[in-house]
Amino acid sequence: MVAPSPLAVTKILTGIAGFDEITCGGLPRGRTTLVMGGPGCGKTVFALQALVNGARRTKEAGLFVAFEESTRQIIANAATFGWDLPALERKKLFFLDAQLSPEVVKAGEFDLIGMLALLEIKARDINAKRIVFDGIDVLLRLLDDPAAERREIYRIRDWLSRTGLTGVITQKVGGIGAVDQHYTFLQFMVDCVVVLRHEVVDGSAFRNLRVKKYRGSGFAGDEFPITLTTEGMQLTNRGPTELEYAVSDKRISSGLPRLDNMLRGGYRSGSNVLISGAPGTAKSTLSALFAAAACARGERTLYVSFNEGAAEIVRNLRSVGIRLAPHLKSGLLKMYSTRTRGPNVEDQFGELRAQVWAHRPHCMVIDPLSALSTKIAHVASADAAQQFLDFLKGEGITVVNTSLMDGINTDEATATGISTMADTWIHVSYVVQDGERNRALTIVKARGIGHSNQVRELTLSDDGVSLTDVFAAQGKVLMGVARWEWEQQEQAGKKRSLAATVLKRLQLQVAQAEAAARLQVVRTEMEARSAEIAVLADATGSASKLVQTDRAVLRKMRHADEEVRVAVRVAKRVGAKNGLARNGEPGLI
Amino acid sequence: MRLYVAGNAPNSLRAIANAKAICEEYLTSRYALEVVDLLKHPRRAVDDGIIVTPTLLRLRPLPIQRVVGNLSDTNQVLLTLAAK
Repeated sequence: MVAPSPLAVTKILTGIAGFDEITCGGLPRGRTTLVMGGPGCGKTVFALQALVNGARRTKEAGLFVAFEESTRQIIANAATFGWDLPALERKKLFFLDAQLSPEVVKAGEFDLIGMLALLEIKARDINAKRIVFDGIDVLLRLLDDPAAERREIYRIRDWLSRTGLTGVITQKVGGIGAVDQHYTFLQFMVDCVVVLRHEVVDGSAFRNLRVKKYRGSGFAGDEFPITLTTEGMQLTNRGPTELEYAVSDKRISSGLPRLDNMLRGGYRSGSNVLISGAPGTAKSTLSALFAAAACARGERTLYVSFNEGAAEIVRNLRSVGIRLAPHLKSGLLKMYSTRTRGPNVEDQFGELRAQVWAHRPHCMVIDPLSALSTKIAHVASADAAQQFLDFLKGEGITVVNTSLMDGINTDEATATGISTMADTWIHVSYVVQDGERNRALTIVKARGIGHSNQVRELTLSDDGVSLTDVFAAQGKVLMGVARWEWEQQEQAGKKRSLAATVLKRLQLQVAQAEAAARLQVVRTEMEARSAEIAVLADATGSASKLVQTDRAVLRKMRHADEEVRVAVRVAKRVGAKNGLARNGEPGLI
Repeated sequence: MRLYVAGNAPNSLRAIANAKAICEEYLTSRYALEVVDLLKHPRRAVDDGIIVTPTLLRLRPLPIQRVVGNLSDTNQVLLTLAAK
């Protein structure tokens, strides 16, 4: 809202997304706004939403004067918007049934003084700040006199300025863009004029809104597409011309650890991820993994699916071990399943925005986004997907989109241009080889993230989803059974070489043992020889001693001395032999 | 009959005068007319679903008939009052 200054127009928010932006804060407070358009443009919704938003968000009570439809009808119609009008009606809203039945007999001029007196009392009762006169054209037609019409309109305007209420008057105009000449004075009288337009292009309805006049305020005067969603009306403005988002370096898991590794830590928080591939390449499964992981971290998640029911998806995912039911139960996960409806994707993106506002998710899955982008048939819708992704980025929501690609030359091409918007693009393709079809996953791009350039094989089983390295051999990438065989062969080869090693070691151990045994034999032999020598030497010593003794005795007896030298020489030779044996074991065998 | 008016607005004053004249002239004394001023009793408008003033209601005989305006069109008023 614009900061209030004594001179500037202060404004009230309508709660109509987009409108409050293009008017820099909503409708002029305490002034009157005219909403005009052909039948079915959403005039009543516009007016009612402005009133309801006041009652719900800013606790400003309001009055609704219905000239055209009965209040019962209006409340019933608004039930689709989830505003809970009956509850608001008790406290914050007052509906006045001012339907003038066509059978009413008119006998002379009349005025609105009585009704305004009643409204004034009611406004005081509930402290109303806003009022809607819905379908003023019905009243004007009944007056059937330009002077009287003007008089009553001025009466309403004076009454509004006296009571200080913010007024919204809706007026039906015939045909597209045409305004009955004598009602144009309404446009001069009010402070703000909003024109709604409804057209049919190629069998699809398009609604547009344009602010024609806004006294004392700037506004965007272009025509903007509007959509009616379950949360009410919203307006798609073209988005900021300058792209400025809060960026995050935080990473969040893709739900598949090996994919996180390939991305060096997972998806970037707040980015948009595109998973493309042919039908059945497990795009949905990959996006569901992301959703399940987000829920497991306790983050609110919105799962949007087209042409497949939520219950069906939950059941199918259970077969690959992904369980979403508990998260649905806890309310963390919201599943929104819808069908693509014709070329007006603006409406569908509008509904998605409403879903985002209602659930306030942290993570989101759109499966498939291509369901919306391929049906583009109208210029106004052409950049709807871009705008929606911009919106999600602005909200800081991490979104995983899938995109279906079939046909022949669509390997790495997206006709829709979604890929240029994606921050991270993962492509899953089929590789048909050796009579089987396998899934190959690659990361085509990942802005601002280092990532693996490797192809991985994606396999689905009862235990879940896994990524496996693929082998390149003989100039071919091996996947599926071929990869499995290769793995088996590799394993068998490893086993064989292991066995050979073991055998070789055993053989060597045997040889070593043999050598040791031989060594023992030699050593024992040596000892035996040594012993023998010792014995021999001993024997020789005793013998010579004996001889000497005998000789000595003999010499004594003969008185001789010449034999002594000979005996000494013999003793010396025996001692040298003994010394050699003691000096260690011989190294030779 | 019940006539809803709004203070002394021209249409209301005219309606009161017209209603009284028509009643006197055509219904002589076979009528009862209540005049409700919505400026004094605005809440009463809710009871009979009154949107514009003046509004004349024929309460009896049933069904209730209503005619809006300052009742200057005497024929229309008489037709409505005589309606079954």
